Amino acid sequence: MVEQLLTDLTIFILAIFVGYETISKVPVVLHTPLMSGTNAIHGIVLVGAMLVAGMPEGPFVTALAFLAVVLGTINVVGGFLVTDRMLQMFGGGPRDARKP
Amino acid sequence: MTLPHLAPNAVRGAYLVASVLFIVGLKQLSSPKSARSGNTLAAIGMLLAIVVTLLDRQIVSYGTIAAGVVVGAVIGTVAARRVAMTAIPQLVALFNGSGGGAAAIVSSLEYLALKRANLPVPPVAGVTILLGALIGAISFTGSLVAFGKLQGLVTERAVTYPLQKPMNLLLFAGILAVSVWLVANGAPNPTVYAWFAGAALLFGILFVIPIGGGDMPVVISLLNSFTGLATAATGFSLHNHVLIISGTLVGASGTLLTYLMCRAMNRPITNVLFGAFGAAAKAAGPARSGAPAGSMAGKTVRDVSVEDAATMLGYARKVIIIPGYGLAVAQAQHGVRELADLLKSRGVEVKYAIHPVAGRMPGHMNVLLAEANVPYPELYDLDAINPEFESADVALVIGANDVVNPAARNDTSSPIYGMPILDADKAAHVIILKRSMKPGFAGIENELFYDPNAMMLFGDAKDSVAKLVQAVKSL
Repeated sequence: MVEQLLTDLTIFILAIFVGYETISKVPVVLHTPLMSGTNAIHGIVLVGAMLVAGMPEGPFVTALAFLAVVLGTINVVGGFLVTDRMLQMFGGGPRDARKP
Repeated sequence: MTLPHLAPNAVRGAYLVASVLFIVGLKQLSSPKSARSGNTLAAIGMLLAIVVTLLDRQIVSYGTIAAGVVVGAVIGTVAARRVAMTAIPQLVALFNGSGGGAAAIVSSLEYLALKRANLPVPPVAGVTILLGALIGAISFTGSLVAFGKLQGLVTERAVTYPLQKPMNLLLFAGILAVSVWLVANGAPNPTVYAWFAGAALLFGILFVIPIGGGDMPVVISLLNSFTGLATAATGFSLHNHVLIISGTLVGASGTLLTYLMCRAMNRPITNVLFGAFGAAAKAAGPARSGAPAGSMAGKTVRDVSVEDAATMLGYARKVIIIPGYGLAVAQAQHGVRELADLLKSRGVEVKYAIHPVAGRMPGHMNVLLAEANVPYPELYDLDAINPEFESADVALVIGANDVVNPAARNDTSSPIYGMPILDADKAAHVIILKRSMKPGFAGIENELFYDPNAMMLFGDAKDSVAKLVQAVKSL
């Protein structure tokens, strides 16, 4: 119990430093894509939603779990796609025509 | 449908690989050259994490998951493909709210699982479940309000009422008290938990409502880090390391990003969150609209005709273009590039001055101009361009307002006092393309418009720019 908590806390604290150091030198131009990209990464909560949705339960729990999976998937799929659309424009190369 | 199950250690190994992909992806996202591949790398990590989760032996039924993933993927894809580039900030808010809502639900289901198992709530699990639910719920409703404000569904103004702060504080204290009770009580109590969750959802709304539309980017960035932390909290309660690592990465980087945004506006985060910025407009009098000649303290603004403006631009040596959100709304970025190309072919030196908070998010304007193929080297940030205004013949302000307001320099009573601004007023002439005399996002008057060197060209930015292009062509 305590051992598990300490392991989790160790990972948590180290991840804070990694997150902080990784983006400390980001140019202003990339702030919007970066916000959008990190936004997509916390879509990992979908994994948690899948774990609770994968256990058969009553209709109330199933409905909530379904909603969690939908929301998590929107976060993941939408997040990565819109970030990619933004970053496409920084490439300067040929790109897709604008969708209506 | 049954899938083969992976050994727990194989799942954990794959999660480790996914975590590494997230970190490397995030690193690459912070440099313009590698940003796109960084995003792809993170997406690959996400796919890996999702696929191995499907093979986790904890998962025995796939129906709910499959249905949820299909529905979510369709909504996410359509939203991300269809959205106009100008609407990106509110879309990010929506996606962020989705993640927060998912985290809150996952935490709540963990709580219900304890109830079903008839177990007393272990203190550590109780704390992490409640944290995940609380932060996730605030992020969920807060993001929805932020979306509503940017989309124009909710007023952009800061909504304030008497005793607002004491009441919010009281609500938050109440939520904390109930949380302590829920953990200390031992036996799970779904009824009290439902009240706790409802209060957390309400708090998210009340937290964002008093913040003006102009500050929504900062709020979205903060709520983004909240969702990260809520995700990390669900990782603690599910003992899942990839959730802890990714959630915390976002929590930490999102907090830093929020700080960087506030610094670009030269305002402390407390002022953004609790300053009710943008409510100040009420004191400045009702917004005038459509009136070509407004006045402030007896001063008047000067109109300029398209022909005169074109002549000034066409025969200038150096023109600095200051794009703002109005340009983005009018989708005038392509016309502006055409105008700039035309001026360059006449030997005019053209530069773009990009304020750190131009548009509605830091870097938003760069994205929009990149969309119109404006060459990256022509974009200058605030510190690089400000010394150049004195030698510029014309500063062309297109749909920008607060970022060129000299009150930030001179007027200690102005709510934007101290914000770094673009020194457009130091150019020999200032031409301002604007729809009306309405105050900008921050809701305050701009004395630049009344400057003797300033001229207003009223109308839709796209329309005005197109007319300028025609007029410059016929010079």
